[in-house]
Amino acid sequence: MSDAQELAVREKQELAKKEEKTIPGRYFVPAADIFETEEALTVIMEMPGVEKKDVSVALEDDSLRVDGQIDFSKYQGMEPVYTEYNVGHYARGFSLSGKIDREGISAQLDDGVLTLTLPKAKESTPRRIAIK
Amino acid sequence: MALFDPLNSLLGLQDALEAFRKSGWLQSSPSGSGSYPPFNIFRKGDDYVLIAEIPGVSKTDLDLQVKGRTVRLAGTKAVKYPEKASLHRRERLAGRFDRSVTLPIEIDPDGVKAECRDGILALSLPRAERDKPRSIKIG
Repeated sequence: MSDAQELAVREKQELAKKEEKTIPGRYFVPAADIFETEEALTVIMEMPGVEKKDVSVALEDDSLRVDGQIDFSKYQGMEPVYTEYNVGHYARGFSLSGKIDREGISAQLDDGVLTLTLPKAKESTPRRIAIK
Repeated sequence: MALFDPLNSLLGLQDALEAFRKSGWLQSSPSGSGSYPPFNIFRKGDDYVLIAEIPGVSKTDLDLQVKGRTVRLAGTKAVKYPEKASLHRRERLAGRFDRSVTLPIEIDPDGVKAECRDGILALSLPRAERDKPRSIKIG
């Protein structure tokens, strides 16, 4: 992908509610990239404003759920005068196809971008079969 | 007096942010070529704070300038994938950005501080001393 193009603004997408949250407030869907190599599935999500300690990743059966909470107390004592976007927590879930090695899952958060590496379970990595 | 107490609820903050969507505070339309990154501007006491979401942009890829009343945010956002990967989903955007904004207040260029953490850029813009409102005593 070329870096030479002008970056466009994408309006933050609000999470469509499947279940109601007990705490009122809007949730947003983090923009995500997903790619797969022979060894692992990588999920990258943009969650600006979320600190490491406020991210939770859960994998139950084949369902991956990611939740990122923002610390809105940072806005204390601030009065908005002009705004272009709203803030809120982030949540997104994916159903995974293929088996994942749960023990090997790793997560990294840099500059508001969460990278989840989900290594494939041994039995689901493609095996090269030698022809005799 | 603050318009909301964010410690009480996130919803209060969200409603306050919604209420100031494209408010008339920036009288002239922002100059510059693009509108990325989107930002919010807050008043904090006498001073102002500009906050922008720039996930995936590292400090080294960011160029900030202040001249008079104009603030310029420029940089590059890169999104990389390994060569041998098959892409299932691609929603993150990449590219250059260059945005300037002219504020309706005079700022003290020497006092501007920038902080970039967790994909959030916060620029504190102290109001120039001569631009601060003065109370007038009725004599």
